[in-house]
Amino acid sequence: MTMTVPMTWTTVCDYHVLLPERGVCALVGGEQVAVFRTFDGAVYAIGNLDPFSGAHVLSRGIVGTRGGEPTVASPLHKQVFSLVTGVCLDEPGAAVPIYPARVADGRVEVAARPALPERGGPLESGRRLVDAP
Amino acid sequence: MSRVVVAGYGPAAHRFVEALRERGFGGRITVIGEEPRPAYDRVALTSYLTGTSLADLTYEVPEGVETLLGTRVTGIDREARVVTTAAGESVPYDVLVLATGSAPFVPPVPGAEHAHVYRTIDDLDAIRAASDGASEGVVVGGGLLGLEAADALRGLGLRTHIVEMSPWLMPRQVDEGGGAVLKGHIEDLGLSVHAGAGVQEIVTDAEGRVTGLRKPDGTLLDAQIVVFSAGIRPRDELARAAGIDVGERGGVVVDAGMRTSDPAVYAIGECALAGGQVYGLVGPCNTMAEVAADRILGGTAVFEGADLSTKLKLLGVEVAQFGAMSGALDVTYMDPVGGVYKRLFISDDARTLLGGICVGDAAPYATLRPFVGKPLPAAPADLLFTGTGAANLDLPDEAQVCSCNNVSAGAVRTAIADKGVCDVPAIKACTRAGTTCGSCVPMLKQLLEKSGVEISKALCEHFTYSRAELFDIIRVRGVTTFSELIANHGTGRGCDICKPTVASILASLHNGHVLEGERAALQDTNDAYLANIQKNGTYSVVPRIPGGEITPDKLIVIGEVARDFGLYTKITGGQRIDLFGARVEQLPQIWKRLVDAGFESGHAYGKALRTVKSCVGSTWCRYGVQDSVGLAIALELRYRGLRAPHKLKSAVSGCARECAEARSKDFGIIATEQGWNLYVGGNGGFKPRHADLFASDLTTDELIRTIDRFLMYYIRTADRLQRTAAWVESIEGGLDHVRDVIVNDSLGLCAELDAQMAHHVSTYEDEWRATIEDPEKLSRFVSFVNAPGVPDPSIVFERERDQIKPMVVTP
Ligand code: SRM
Ligand SMILES: Cc1cc2nc3c(=O)[nH]c(=O)nc-3n(C[C@H](O)[C@H](O)[C@H](O)COP(=O)(O)OP(=O)(O)OC[C@H]3O[C@@H](n4cnc5c(N)ncnc54)[C@H](O)[C@@H]3O)c2cc1C
Ligand code: SF4
Ligand code: FES
Repeated sequence: MTMTVPMTWTTVCDYHVLLPERGVCALVGGEQVAVFRTFDGAVYAIGNLDPFSGAHVLSRGIVGTRGGEPTVASPLHKQVFSLVTGVCLDEPGAAVPIYPARVADGRVEVAARPALPERGGPLESGRRLVDAP
Repeated sequence: MSRVVVAGYGPAAHRFVEALRERGFGGRITVIGEEPRPAYDRVALTSYLTGTSLADLTYEVPEGVETLLGTRVTGIDREARVVTTAAGESVPYDVLVLATGSAPFVPPVPGAEHAHVYRTIDDLDAIRAASDGASEGVVVGGGLLGLEAADALRGLGLRTHIVEMSPWLMPRQVDEGGGAVLKGHIEDLGLSVHAGAGVQEIVTDAEGRVTGLRKPDGTLLDAQIVVFSAGIRPRDELARAAGIDVGERGGVVVDAGMRTSDPAVYAIGECALAGGQVYGLVGPCNTMAEVAADRILGGTAVFEGADLSTKLKLLGVEVAQFGAMSGALDVTYMDPVGGVYKRLFISDDARTLLGGICVGDAAPYATLRPFVGKPLPAAPADLLFTGTGAANLDLPDEAQVCSCNNVSAGAVRTAIADKGVCDVPAIKACTRAGTTCGSCVPMLKQLLEKSGVEISKALCEHFTYSRAELFDIIRVRGVTTFSELIANHGTGRGCDICKPTVASILASLHNGHVLEGERAALQDTNDAYLANIQKNGTYSVVPRIPGGEITPDKLIVIGEVARDFGLYTKITGGQRIDLFGARVEQLPQIWKRLVDAGFESGHAYGKALRTVKSCVGSTWCRYGVQDSVGLAIALELRYRGLRAPHKLKSAVSGCARECAEARSKDFGIIATEQGWNLYVGGNGGFKPRHADLFASDLTTDELIRTIDRFLMYYIRTADRLQRTAAWVESIEGGLDHVRDVIVNDSLGLCAELDAQMAHHVSTYEDEWRATIEDPEKLSRFVSFVNAPGVPDPSIVFERERDQIKPMVVTP
């Protein structure tokens, strides 16, 4: 049985406020979410908590790519996380949560993490392509 | 044969079982070790006191090897081929390998039972525990291990004495002249050296606590800790009791195949007496282990003795000895002021290199050791210095490059040619060279370069260029944005390595605001918020205080700002004040107050000029010969904001007493009667280096012109994150070359360098003032984009000594 969970989208900011390759942090459903816009215009959202330092800082990291995959490096000790999967590419086993993100009506929206279906389905990737803004 | 038992589990035993496994031995292997842990890197033992974890020091137990830890072997029944342990177990063997190492020699003086030794992790734990509350320590023995132990005591905060029987320190490695220079270095570090002195007794109080050490002349050295490091004795007691031959002065006698007088028993490592000698270095111990493994499996390897050359860095002093310590002829270089002593021994026909001793500068060691017994590769005087001739020698294939692991130049060349290894880590993995003491790594690099291997200069996966090459591309092609650069000269979209590098180059060349447009996305963590990030995600604020001079009014402003925002306040090592614990959204408010009071950014966050420290100088000081404060302020204002490959620090001292510590700076200035001496390439930090004298008795104008060019040439040619100290050491031709370029204009660059500095000086603006005046830039300084007024609730502080302190919960 598959179960669909309705998503609640929270508006984070106007799309133009989100500068290419610079993140912002937003409060979404009480949680700190780091939101990024990559060079190609896509938006991504991941947890803001850096699991290595315990500080909420990932939105302030440097955005880049590794082997083509969009990434952010923690500003504290530079571990690199995939913006697509939330997985840490430097230290196996570590990962941060990802959140669905999209652009609607010129605004960036992030969904609070939906309650997981029973037994836990895969989290939806945060990637949403945007028409040329 | 099916079961091999090893008694003792030190480095030799470890290498032996590894070698057996690597050679495909399929039988049972049991290692019995008295220490409660597997073998660890004893050579690096001291690092355990300075933070290296036990886990990092400990070797992995090879797969399939059984271990009995914390178990002492107490007897060998050769008839039954069984060893017994202190726990009463009996372990049968087909082949027994003794690898019991050696024990520190403790002379039988009264009170010796209260002293420590320095050999195992447990010993170090005991010393560390005893150092608590102690203020003075004595190490008995001024050899290699004694000095290492003395350094460890010093590191534990104790005032330390070294007592050595011989007339000078390290008598096995250096001669009298070298010993004298070495003593100077050791005493400069605050240790007291008592050479030619023995021990009468260890003095204790009524409770048996050590209070001092009495020398035979009756003098008492106060000490709460005494450590004996007066030589080692092979642990041959098992062999002795079992009737296996031991040497007159100790050591289990072995043949060239490491077999003892009992054909079923081998001995390796420091407990073995091979060719009439006990070897106290790990290199020969490893070779013995390999030989024994080979023999046990039917091979014919022989141990031919070993090179006892040593190179070490003790208390920051390089000491090296190779080959013979005497010869018919010798060439000596001695600089008592700089603390350098180098001596080469040469055959009577002046053709063959016999050996050498170095103190204070061991550079000749790596290049010359392989030539021992071979024709001199260049004029002796040249060989005493690197950079001239010696660095470019071609090693013969049979020359030993790595003495710890007995690897020849030929073996390294084969690895490069046949196995395609192309960097130092790969050579290490493939040949083991360089994996122990590391002193041969420069040779490995040289062999790589000589063999034509291109050592990749690529900055990261996005650019195949080095920083200096990127600098030229950006300068020559007039590139102004990262996007343009990566589209035409790179791949992907960059990372935390190349983006800040390019940001720094763009800033060095164009000097625009670091948060302007696309550049904002390139900046490293700290530049991105014009402040230094702290462990809990808050920031520190460091206003510039040029030369460390500040008015009472300005001090009061800093105090008021800190008080009003509740910041932790600390005087830094750079003669200014650091305010910690500001949240992102507080930074602009704090800076508004500071800028209004006339402060500007101190660039504590940037790879840029930090501080120019000053001493009080001739204005007040009775010794000062020039106005060091005035000059420091002028220099700080001239170079403020200058972005560079790494941070830049400077200092100006008003006379040779050097209270500003200018010689530890990237560029340091010391006043003379005639003007200023300029020193460059100094560094504190991770790898301290004293700056070299670059030019003497300069007028202020000459001085500034020379510094301008020095900095601009550094910015143009250095690697990413390469301080000037590393740069002057790596640049081809060394400082002479730099002097040629910027004093004699040998490359015709000076006009361009001067123009670049003039551009920097005339376009400087305070980045914080510009930021608070620009609403677009300011809008980035919020904790939450969708709740700009809300502070980050995860930031919490506790209090300590009346100030705040971050509370971080590591997940
Ligand atoms: C605040 C201060 C310590 C203090 O409380 O006194 C300090 C603090 C930091 N130092 Fe330092 N260093 C401070 C003086 C020094 C000094 C002494 C000096 O400058 O006279 C040294 C040795 C001298 C030298 O640099 O050669 C020093 C050698 C380092 C190093 C090692 C550099 C090296 O070449 O090995 C680092 C690491 C680096 O830069 O890569 C470092 C890095 C740091 C960083 C930036 C680490 C970081 O990334 O978080 C610290 C953050 C400061 C902050 O948040 O404001 N700090 N640091 C000092 C600030 C001086 C100032 O007013 O600007
Ligand atoms: C502080 C320090 C610094 C050093 N620095 C250097 C250096 O820079 N370069 C260099 O080449 N060398 C250095 N050495 C020397 C080097 O560590 C030794 O050469 C090497 O450890 C010898 O290895 P081994 O296995 O023969 O003996 P050991 O390391 O002594 O190991 C023998 C092991 O056997 C155990 N054992 C002994 N008897 C029994 C028994 N009856 N039953 C069970 N177990 C037993 C011991 O407890 C010990 O664990 C240093 C040594 C020290 C202490
Ligand atoms: S360096 Fe010289 S002038 Fe400066 S304070 Fe020290 S003694 Fe005085
Ligand atoms: S000489 Fe010690 S590791 Fe090579």
